[in-house]
Amino acid sequence: MVPITTFHYLVVAAALFVLGVIGVLTRRNVVIILMSIELILNAVNLNLVAFSRMWGNLHGQVFAVFMVVDAAAEAAVGLGILIAFFRNQETINVDEIDLLKW
Amino acid sequence: MNSAFFPALQLALARPFIASNVSFLASLITPPNADMAPVATPFFFYLLSGLAVAGGVLVITRRNPVHCALALIVTLIAVANLYLMLYAPFVAGVQIIVYAGGIMVLFLFVIMLVNIERASKDRRFNRIWPAGLAAACALMALFVSAFVKGRTLFPDRMIKLPEISNTQEIANALYGEAGRMGQYTFTFEIASLLLLVAILGAVIMTKKRI
Repeated sequence: MVPITTFHYLVVAAALFVLGVIGVLTRRNVVIILMSIELILNAVNLNLVAFSRMWGNLHGQVFAVFMVVDAAAEAAVGLGILIAFFRNQETINVDEIDLLKW
Repeated sequence: MNSAFFPALQLALARPFIASNVSFLASLITPPNADMAPVATPFFFYLLSGLAVAGGVLVITRRNPVHCALALIVTLIAVANLYLMLYAPFVAGVQIIVYAGGIMVLFLFVIMLVNIERASKDRRFNRIWPAGLAAACALMALFVSAFVKGRTLFPDRMIKLPEISNTQEIANALYGEAGRMGQYTFTFEIASLLLLVAILGAVIMTKKRI
């Protein structure tokens, strides 16, 4: 069997990233769009930790911890916006959130 | 029968078993030599990455948001185990505690607050989903071409990081050591400020009247 190198991890992270992008661009439900953004952030994290292993230092892992902080802040604010919007408009579908379209 | 006989007999019968078990456990805890065969075999890599990708596919295809959240938890835990294979146990623990324990609970609460009955009946994808899928396929083609062309750019070396002192070294980078500021201490404070702003924003936006 081929030994696992950094490249293998990059391929897995790219697959997760593309799946997240597909979810963001095609789904209707805002909650699932936020989940797809979490998938994208996880792909980036996996890249960071794999590069940390490749270079043999810890900067990538420290950055991965900061990315987790970012993801928590993003999820809190995004879901707060979602609840405020649902209270006003009774919908969470991106098709029907078209107040600023002409 | 005397009652003292049976425990002694049982112990005598079980002694080789116990002894072999103890030596087996000891061999698990303390490796016989320093560079023992790693547990991170290619089989586990393919298993975990398959689980992660399968969870991702379920996240973007399921109709019920609760099923999506559960599939996302599968992906998160698989990725945490991939971190363990990369000798990053602290990031793996943070991934499980913060992501699978904190953020996903937040998601499930919001799914509970917005009405799920309607979401489980109507269409899954938006009107322009072919355009979105085409854009994502273009991105995938970009990735594939970059990886095929740049295969040799990534060195094959994997430097083995010390696993036991991992948490300590991350703490040294974050908080500093021996009274000096670490390399990332200021960044860490900015991240705490970001979290404070996020907490205030979430509370203010979800409150009815301020």
